[in-house]
Amino acid sequence: MPTFTQIGSAVTVGSGGASSIDFSTIPSTYTDLVVILSARSSRSNTTDTVFLKFNNTNTTYTTRRLYGLGSTTGSDTGSSGNGVDIASINAATSTSSTFNNQQIYIPNYAGSSQKSVSSDSVSENNSSTGNFLNLTAGLWNGTSAINQITLTPDVGSFVQYSTAYLYGVSNA
Amino acid sequence: MPSTYEKIQTYTAPSAQSSVTFSTISSAYTDLILVGNFVQSASTAFGSLSLRFNGDTASNYSYTGLQGSGSGSGVSFRASNSTQMDMASQNVIGEQNIIIQIQNYSNATTFKTAISRYNNPSGLVMSYVGLWRKTPEAITSLVFFPASQSFATGSTFTLYGIKAA
Repeated sequence: MPTFTQIGSAVTVGSGGASSIDFSTIPSTYTDLVVILSARSSRSNTTDTVFLKFNNTNTTYTTRRLYGLGSTTGSDTGSSGNGVDIASINAATSTSSTFNNQQIYIPNYAGSSQKSVSSDSVSENNSSTGNFLNLTAGLWNGTSAINQITLTPDVGSFVQYSTAYLYGVSNA
Repeated sequence: MPSTYEKIQTYTAPSAQSSVTFSTISSAYTDLILVGNFVQSASTAFGSLSLRFNGDTASNYSYTGLQGSGSGSGVSFRASNSTQMDMASQNVIGEQNIIIQIQNYSNATTFKTAISRYNNPSGLVMSYVGLWRKTPEAITSLVFFPASQSFATGSTFTLYGIKAA
């Protein structure tokens, strides 16, 4: 039995851009969720932050990150009602046609405990700026089953050809 | 859809557990992925979270880790000739998860390697790589365990197999 199944339709952002990407009416029939995102922002900067929000809820999200940025490494934390600070994606002044890529893994998304998130993200762009590699741990303090996932750039919008896929992983 | 990602075994802790064992692992896959979602059974930290394969407790393991605590720069560390393969070090209680990939686990010709991603949003975020140098043999069982404490009731662990064919 396949355990890695696409949920809903793939999202490809059109020419007008998109202020957010949303997966709604997510069934509780899987064990874990995986989001694959390839994205770039219209923000006039080398990078833009993307927030990951569940069930359209603005309760507390926390983030802990380990990153590489060129020859620099660092670690930081955050707390926000906007969502988990899940990635630093390529933005308008980054090398043209370069997109951030990331995988977000959400175990036990339908359980009754708080939801922890794992994300690996890269925004390589063949330059000395904005080339983040992020390893991110996120937590939503909600205990409801996740039925909606929203990805939103902090400042800009997702540009054309940004894509997102949602998969369900089943251990049944 | 091809069945390239299949559940092998899943385990939900019915009570506090000092370790989780997957045994009689089929050699029908190419790689293994272990996904754990857990908390501690008491209000002190686990310390390290480690793997052993096929019951091997000899000094055949080594590992290198990269860790972020939420401030400052990242920290990297390693150990050689260990009796276990650490896949995370853990310092704060709370909801956490780990995803471990074990490559090419079923051959009898090469040493085995693993990569982990550990996430404790209240404590540490990290990635480890590990090596098992016992005379090469297929991995047929593995045990995942903390240095101290136990996995709380309801903690979940699933072992998946990935087929390249």
